[in-house]
Amino acid sequence: MLLFYHFGRYLLFLKKMFSKPETFSIYVSRTFTEMVEIGIRSLPIVAIIALFSGAVSTVQTAYQLVSGLVSKTIIGSIVSDTVILEFAPTITCLVLAGKVGSSIASEIGTMKVSEQIDALEVMGINSAGYLVLPKIIAGVIMVPLLIILAMFLGIYGGMMAGSMAEILPVEQFLEGARSTFKGFNVAFSLIKATTFGFIITSVSSFQGYYTEGGALEVGRSSTNAVVYSAIMILFTDYLIAQILL
Amino acid sequence: MIEVKNINKSFGEKQVLQDISATFLPGKVNVIIGASGSGKSVLMKCMVGLVEPDNGQILYDQQDFLSADYTSKKDIRKQIGMLFQGSALFDSLTAEENVAFPLKMFSNMSKQEQKERVDFCLHRVNLDHAHKLFPSEISGGMKKRVGIARAIALNPKYLFCDEPNSGLDPVTSRVIDNLIEEITDEFNITTIMNSHDMKTLFDIGDHVTFIYKGKLAFEGNIEDFRKDTSEEISEFLSASYFQR
Repeated sequence: MLLFYHFGRYLLFLKKMFSKPETFSIYVSRTFTEMVEIGIRSLPIVAIIALFSGAVSTVQTAYQLVSGLVSKTIIGSIVSDTVILEFAPTITCLVLAGKVGSSIASEIGTMKVSEQIDALEVMGINSAGYLVLPKIIAGVIMVPLLIILAMFLGIYGGMMAGSMAEILPVEQFLEGARSTFKGFNVAFSLIKATTFGFIITSVSSFQGYYTEGGALEVGRSSTNAVVYSAIMILFTDYLIAQILL
Repeated sequence: MIEVKNINKSFGEKQVLQDISATFLPGKVNVIIGASGSGKSVLMKCMVGLVEPDNGQILYDQQDFLSADYTSKKDIRKQIGMLFQGSALFDSLTAEENVAFPLKMFSNMSKQEQKERVDFCLHRVNLDHAHKLFPSEISGGMKKRVGIARAIALNPKYLFCDEPNSGLDPVTSRVIDNLIEEITDEFNITTIMNSHDMKTLFDIGDHVTFIYKGKLAFEGNIEDFRKDTSEEISEFLSASYFQR
């Protein structure tokens, strides 16, 4: 029952956020600020994760392919498909749920407990819309862009690991990657990324917005934001795969 | 003038406000007093729309705030300035950006006009040197003064002050009290202040609303309050430091 209560509250929160918006110009500048916060500031961590996850998958795929009957180009094929379909969108978004989600929840939670949200409400500003909507728009735009970057870097990492560990040359890796490449896989991955971007920003904002108490509760909201975002990401990942694949 | 009529508010089983009816006089410092937990903060939050009462009316110049549509409510809110207990300044903005915030959101002022208004407001609260400082870089008293400057930026008709002296030393408390009194007179604002500081009440208060255990125990002017012999008021006055 508690699950339904929280889900209903979350839907009402989204409704509140989209109702009675402030003037458009206010959202534009705030959205750009959030795009920098969510997108640009996440570049280093996304790059590191993508490079290493690609590299590790090349090494491990090679380790499992001990048969001489299988062409080594299959490594490029497996790694690139795995990176595009799963590693880039899901693993990266799970990490973003930790980085961006906790940051959003603690920012909004602190504003809540220090009456800054009340100050907005007294002024007649739709606080949920003013604070959260730009974050969601920024998340929905920037997360797919980060995932595109993660795809490139993941494949590059896998390719370089294969070359440096003398598993397979760059040409063979690329040949394998090209042989099974499907444009739909990229589209599928971007649909997931957009959905995950929405989940991370909205769930974390929800957790922060309903924080009651003090510093301890802000920390708790931050933790909840990461946990619930991660669970929602994994659940939606399965759901989208079932529907689209 | 603000009138509250038959306000009731419960949180779960606990009834916090019981049938409160009171009038807040225009151009005066109206002080809501009562012990901690008596319901005065909840009453103020009901009046500014942060908490929805279970029933009753809140009239701003005869216009019912609770039953007003979104646009009318927003129009009333534009006439309200509020100083919060913890100042509630936006952490990511400097003092001048905090004061400029309501101007950016609600006024049609040019950037130059906004700047002039911000300079005026910060000058009025004696903070000419704090324009570029962030809330984390200023003292509690300065935060309250920036909070007052932000509250008066849009020339409000009503100024709500939630425990403006809490957490301040006696000297700074008097500075804030005097500032609120001066601003009330200077701009003919209806000020509603929430406090349990009896010195504040007797120094700057014009009209008293005394809440005792969620009920209205007294409403009237300072002299009548001082002379009142009811048990609740006597107990409160005798317990206050000012009367010792």
